[in-house]
Amino acid sequence: MAIPVIYNLRSVRARWVSSIVAVLGIAGTVGVFVAMLSLANGFRATLVASGSNDNAILMRAGATAEMMSGITLESIKIVQDDPAVARDSSGPLITSEVVVVAPFPLRATGTNANVQVRGVSANVLTIRRNVRIVQGRMFQPGLSELVVGTNANKTYSGLTLGNTVDFGGGHWRVVGIFDAGGSAFDSEVWADARVLDDVYKRPTNIYQSATVHLTSPAALQQLKDSVSADPRLNLDVFREVDYYAKQSTAMTRLITVLGGLVAFVMAIGAVFGALNTMYSAVSERGREIATMRALGFGGPAVVFSFLIEALLIAFIGGVLGCLAVLRLNGHTTSTINWQTFSNLAFAFRITPGLLLSGMFFALVMGLIGGLLPAISAARRPIAVALREL
Amino acid sequence: MKFLHLILANLSRKKLRTILTVGSFAVALFLFAFLAVVKGAFGRGADIAGADRLVIINRISIIQPLPLSYRDQILRIPGVKSITHNNWFGGVYQDEKNFFPQFVIDPENQRQVMSELIVPDDQWQKFVADRQGAIVGARTAQRFGWKIGDRIPIKNVSYGTSGTWEFNLDGIYHSEHTGGDETQFWFQWDYFEERVPERFKGNTGWYVLRLNNPDDAPRVAKAIDDTFTNSSYETKTETESAFAAGWVKQFGNIELLILTIGSVVFFTLLLITGNTMAIAVRERVGELAVLKAIGFSDFSILVLVLAEALLIALVGGILGLGVAMLAVPVLGNALNGLLPELVLSPAILSLGLATALLIGAAGGILPGVGAMRMRVVNALRRV
Repeated sequence: MAIPVIYNLRSVRARWVSSIVAVLGIAGTVGVFVAMLSLANGFRATLVASGSNDNAILMRAGATAEMMSGITLESIKIVQDDPAVARDSSGPLITSEVVVVAPFPLRATGTNANVQVRGVSANVLTIRRNVRIVQGRMFQPGLSELVVGTNANKTYSGLTLGNTVDFGGGHWRVVGIFDAGGSAFDSEVWADARVLDDVYKRPTNIYQSATVHLTSPAALQQLKDSVSADPRLNLDVFREVDYYAKQSTAMTRLITVLGGLVAFVMAIGAVFGALNTMYSAVSERGREIATMRALGFGGPAVVFSFLIEALLIAFIGGVLGCLAVLRLNGHTTSTINWQTFSNLAFAFRITPGLLLSGMFFALVMGLIGGLLPAISAARRPIAVALREL
Repeated sequence: MKFLHLILANLSRKKLRTILTVGSFAVALFLFAFLAVVKGAFGRGADIAGADRLVIINRISIIQPLPLSYRDQILRIPGVKSITHNNWFGGVYQDEKNFFPQFVIDPENQRQVMSELIVPDDQWQKFVADRQGAIVGARTAQRFGWKIGDRIPIKNVSYGTSGTWEFNLDGIYHSEHTGGDETQFWFQWDYFEERVPERFKGNTGWYVLRLNNPDDAPRVAKAIDDTFTNSSYETKTETESAFAAGWVKQFGNIELLILTIGSVVFFTLLLITGNTMAIAVRERVGELAVLKAIGFSDFSILVLVLAEALLIALVGGILGLGVAMLAVPVLGNALNGLLPELVLSPAILSLGLATALLIGAAGGILPGVGAMRMRVVNALRRV
């Protein structure tokens, strides 16, 4: 026969101070755990969202980031005629790009941070279809005009519509603001690749990467094959989404390792707290337990009842912890992306899956914290416990 | 001290609880030390940067080059003692995961300017004479198990041609400062210029210069930047610590994040201890009343309860910090390449112990005062 759950509810309430301590210990741990994972998740999601499944990025063979790549105009001309590359009325859907960084003052601190400035072809919006202009207009080819991502617009002073900014030795007018759906492009500033090349005194007709829109996601293999078969080309072809996913691994790993370690150590502390609470619950209620057993509740029922109590505390703690960090969801922060030497804004991203693993973590802590005290409660000899004062 | 026995007896009456509370303390102090160490690792570059050094980069951005011809012009500015130039190489050893910074250096002047990075003289002579020679920081050497004499292939595609560059490891440098950057890989300017295409020659990534007098920094920095205004390569000169702090800031609010976690941990810990102490006192109301009845003063009861809390805090604190001392080097190796070296300084240890004692005192004071104030008659009547 099982002991009614209402008994546990009342007992949690009767020792509310210890219960609250245990609940807060677990809530804090779950909070840190979920917050760290959501940070890593957000970072990865931001970069992954930058890539599209039916785009391919081409860089010099062996280059792992655009910064270290170089690709000539001749190569681009060969690639753009490949049947795997989609076309529209204006020609092949390919954007040849250069990336540089330029320092802009952060609104928050006033200190400079590097912004990635990307020179693109004028038809870039037909290739990166997740990007659209939300204010103003696209830049005019050949003019020193900029369109800025929404995060760059919010994070740095000066990058506002209609403003003129100086960098790289040129004067640039901000003519538009684009929204890239929370991807890494949102932290970037875009300009005409040729103009940017010119202003930065880069060698002409050498780009750093080219991104093409494929006729279909499956056409990637076809493009890879023809690029590697052509002796004039020395290029690597990546699916855009894979390229960006790979860029996120180092930072994601750092956050996960650090966060995981902190959460693990905190979990030990929280289990200690839960153990303490449950043991004092057991020792304070020695007579109660003995009475129940004398009434005919079996050992397993007592163990079960105490476990329920511990799990209840853990459950409340888990829910509180999750609720507390839920406020962080969508909160934007930024860090340096070492692949590009530039600042990248990203948001805490809390998914239902993360919340579930947070709850699971809480219940595991409750289980560990409750099991030993529950067993010791059930093992006490009835007669001795009843005689105790 | 004569009550030590009594305190110990009290602590061992519920051994399990004492162990768990000590454990909570140990866990919290371990976390404290770990977070402090990580925070230190992020910010250290700025802390130990030479006060008498300036870094000169292209005003446009760090990735734009500066002409090598600036060197002589800069040296003519009064107050400049010595100058060296470095270039970012950005190669890959075996796999991208194995990131470490590679600099092309100016062997003639590197040691005068970077005097805290110490290379034994014989190794340095060998390096200077060897066109494909390389010097590496101790931490990177340890990470990949490199020994002097090893041949190290590094793939690089940044400079025009794809290809593997071969280096002979001629020396290993150590930093004079604890936790200084021992991850860099240096190689010869001549070898670099010999292999890169024409358009990269005659340029450098940045200059580092040493001043005669650190107080001169603002004047010299301004003089340098003024010299090159309106040239096609304008400069931006700042002190090495400002330069390093700029990178740290770009990491985002790591500091805030760490402080937040730290406060969550401590708040929780305070609750746990306070609660345990309260339970312990509550259970012993009768005993404490007896002590009072046989002549213990109110004050000595307070001291007794407080001493118990402080003892728990002390033991827990020492335990936690001790584990941290053992674990930090292990963690540092596990995170090699992801984070700068982790250093557990005596300052962190003493701050940790002081915090532990403070929390112990705060946790013990309420129940202690309660015990001090209780009236003997009431306490003895309550069973």
